[in-house]
Amino acid sequence: MDSQTAVRSLWSDAWVVLRRNRAAIVALVFLVVLTLLVLVGPLLSPWAFDFTDWDNVSAPPELASGHIFGTDSLGRDLFVRTLYGGRISLLVGAVATLVSLLIGITYGAIAGYAGGRVDQVMMRIVDILYALPFMFLVILLMVLFGRNILLIFVAIGAINWLDMARIVRGQAMSLRRKEFVDAARAGGTRPGRIIRRHIVPNLLGVVVVYATLTVPQVILVESFLSFLGLGVQEPMTSWGALVHEGAQEMENAPWMLLFPATFLAATLFCFNFLGDGLRDALDPRDRSQ
Amino acid sequence: MTGAPLLEVSDLRVTFTTPDGPVQAVCGLDFHIAAGETLGIVGESGSGKSQSLLAILGLLADNGSASGRAVFDGNDLMQMPPAQLAAIRGAGIGMVFQDPMTALNPFMTIGAQMSLVLRRHEDLARGAARRRCVEALESVSITDPERRLAMYPHELSGGMRQRVMIASALSCRPRLLIADEPTTALDVTVQAQILELLDTVTREQGTALILITHDLGVVAGSCDRVLVMQNGELRDRGDIDDVFYQPQHEYTRKLLAAVPRVDNAVERGQADGEQLLAVDDLRVAFRMNRTTLFGPRPVLRAVDGIDLQLRAGETLGVVGESGCGKSTLARAILRLVEVSDGRVAMLGRDLLQLSGDALRDARRDLQVVFQDPLASLNPRMTVRDIIAEPLQNFGGPLTAADITERVGKMLTRVGLEAAQMNRYPHEFSGGQCQRIGIARALIIDPRLVICDEPVSALDVSVQAGIIRLLMDLQEELGLALIFIAHDLAVVRQISHRVMVMYLGRAVESAASRALYEQPRHPYTRALLDAVPVPDPRVERGRRRALLTGEPPSPLDPPSGCTFRGRCAWAEEACAAARPELEPVGKSLVACRRAAEI
Repeated sequence: MDSQTAVRSLWSDAWVVLRRNRAAIVALVFLVVLTLLVLVGPLLSPWAFDFTDWDNVSAPPELASGHIFGTDSLGRDLFVRTLYGGRISLLVGAVATLVSLLIGITYGAIAGYAGGRVDQVMMRIVDILYALPFMFLVILLMVLFGRNILLIFVAIGAINWLDMARIVRGQAMSLRRKEFVDAARAGGTRPGRIIRRHIVPNLLGVVVVYATLTVPQVILVESFLSFLGLGVQEPMTSWGALVHEGAQEMENAPWMLLFPATFLAATLFCFNFLGDGLRDALDPRDRSQ
Repeated sequence: MTGAPLLEVSDLRVTFTTPDGPVQAVCGLDFHIAAGETLGIVGESGSGKSQSLLAILGLLADNGSASGRAVFDGNDLMQMPPAQLAAIRGAGIGMVFQDPMTALNPFMTIGAQMSLVLRRHEDLARGAARRRCVEALESVSITDPERRLAMYPHELSGGMRQRVMIASALSCRPRLLIADEPTTALDVTVQAQILELLDTVTREQGTALILITHDLGVVAGSCDRVLVMQNGELRDRGDIDDVFYQPQHEYTRKLLAAVPRVDNAVERGQADGEQLLAVDDLRVAFRMNRTTLFGPRPVLRAVDGIDLQLRAGETLGVVGESGCGKSTLARAILRLVEVSDGRVAMLGRDLLQLSGDALRDARRDLQVVFQDPLASLNPRMTVRDIIAEPLQNFGGPLTAADITERVGKMLTRVGLEAAQMNRYPHEFSGGQCQRIGIARALIIDPRLVICDEPVSALDVSVQAGIIRLLMDLQEELGLALIFIAHDLAVVRQISHRVMVMYLGRAVESAASRALYEQPRHPYTRALLDAVPVPDPRVERGRRRALLTGEPPSPLDPPSGCTFRGRCAWAEEACAAARPELEPVGKSLVACRRAAEI
């Protein structure tokens, strides 16, 4: 009886469903553990991320020397570097995705729900922004404000919300014609509230899946920027940068590729599982029992 | 019964494995059908009527399994290897499905799809198959068959598509035709045409017909024998007259009693409350996309000059076929679509002049119940939040406990339990969802509720409950109702006055009794004629004046009287000027010759 009379909300119910999804929970636990590890792990290691151990240059993984992931061609400990790289990559992934979610959903939902001329103007602005060359934008920002990891967030977020806005707008346009939206209008619900309560919750499924695809994409874009020398600067690093270095040493020091690549792949994998689980959990219709 | 049975089914059982355990969809069904016979299978949704035939044909969904015997022409279909069964489908047994749009492949021309079946079963050459297709289309009275073969499904109207389906199903001369709700997606006048067609072609070709339907009226008019199913079990069976006049099972009696009859006089008299709503020359026009790059944008006049008045406590029924503008009229009064011209005065205040907060305030008196019970409820909100929303908009400051209490009361009032308020819409049945929709409309005590096809998605027995509820609430609260439906029988039951619409215009408007007993407009007559009555003797005795064709496109309506293309009384003068509503007897009729008819 309790579960019937207690007021239920979308999120608390979604959590109940998500808890039953084994793959999603394993992914979530992995991501939480990983986040803790990249935050705390470096403190436990005797080496700093930019310390060169001249006795162990390009050393393979070995417990005895303490370099459990081995070292790179400059003798820096790969374990610490992988964790430091994780900080940057996860941060870029999370912040840029959040920024793009926030702007994209708001912008797209308003354009889609309003329709007509408002929609036309708003979407043409998106088209214009799309046409700006991304690299040019990044270089311009670098020249104006100097190198800064924050700028990378801004630049990536500024590009990514465009895709999100388009997806959300398409969904909002079809939701706008649903009878429950008409019913809400007839019931005197104001447009802002209709968007918040009727449009946005119903497009979360698509958004969540797209967001989990965005995180990996953003992490890869960051590594691309780093490769061009526009992203993080040596000796600071990211997974993308590490994978890039590792790929060049693949033949004589495979661990340099293997460890960061495994972390990167496992993280992307977990985001996909989590996204899948969230999509199911956010749809009350799919709930079994 | 004549001769040996063509198909004999015994102890048919169908089970579906679901995450919640096995579900018995059909539990031990026996029936048989002889060559040339017409058998009706009647039941409400979930009765297993469709599943049992899909099982026989080996077309069950992946999680379904069937047991039993189904002997067709000496062979047990249930034991047959899939390849052999596939050869019988189409060649020995033809099928026609409910929705002709989804049953046809939108990327293939009609001709390609039809000849696919023929060439699969009869190994015909291209040219021969094409000739057979033309013949098949001719046999279902499709004009200009050569040209139709090159068309895609979306270029045909709903009725035409169903004709194509029938032609295709009959093209290999099957000995048995199974029609699963073949007319449910169609308008009454088109339904009458299709039923007539099924009757003639099966008689001509000596095909046995199994007609699966939820509509007792359809069965009464076209079947020799009938089976009544409920929850996967057979409730009643026998000759059509026996089942209708001496039903053996309790369920059959209940079902027969629940069906509203268009020929059944229910007196609702006159309502004499104050004048609530006055609609004056309302017009809604949609600008469509250009058909050529620089051409003009065509204008679709969905509602083309409608007048209506409504008193407190009164029900106005609005009837018409799909596309006649009745839903647009509802949306226009509610201001959910842009109105091009006219006046909608609610208690003397013109709604069309209002905007912003003033419009919001006015909406308090004006609520709506939609057709699709599930689609009109936000799937991500609990029932409590759904019903509470209008209250939060208009009710002033209310605590959560106040809201819960009022929602609980309202739920009880519409026949649900207050304890169910924290569930989501999908946990309810269609009828219950419709009750939730009604609760949402009534929670802020409106004066007028517009019901847009509120019962057409529901089973008959559930329909009756919803109609009863609406009528009770009307008595109790002095509500005015605008009741929009395509089902004339339901409208008769609930309305004081009725308006018939055709292509965006009112063609007849009268007190309910006058309209049903003495229809004046030819279209009203045709509509009433087309409605099947659940009474075999009445159906047999009826001589139908069937309407031919389908309504013209509202994008390009004919000049003068828009109905003249399908009208038996049409003459040259009808093309000259558009008739206005004028009093004839007790009715208002828009027809030049109304007095003669």
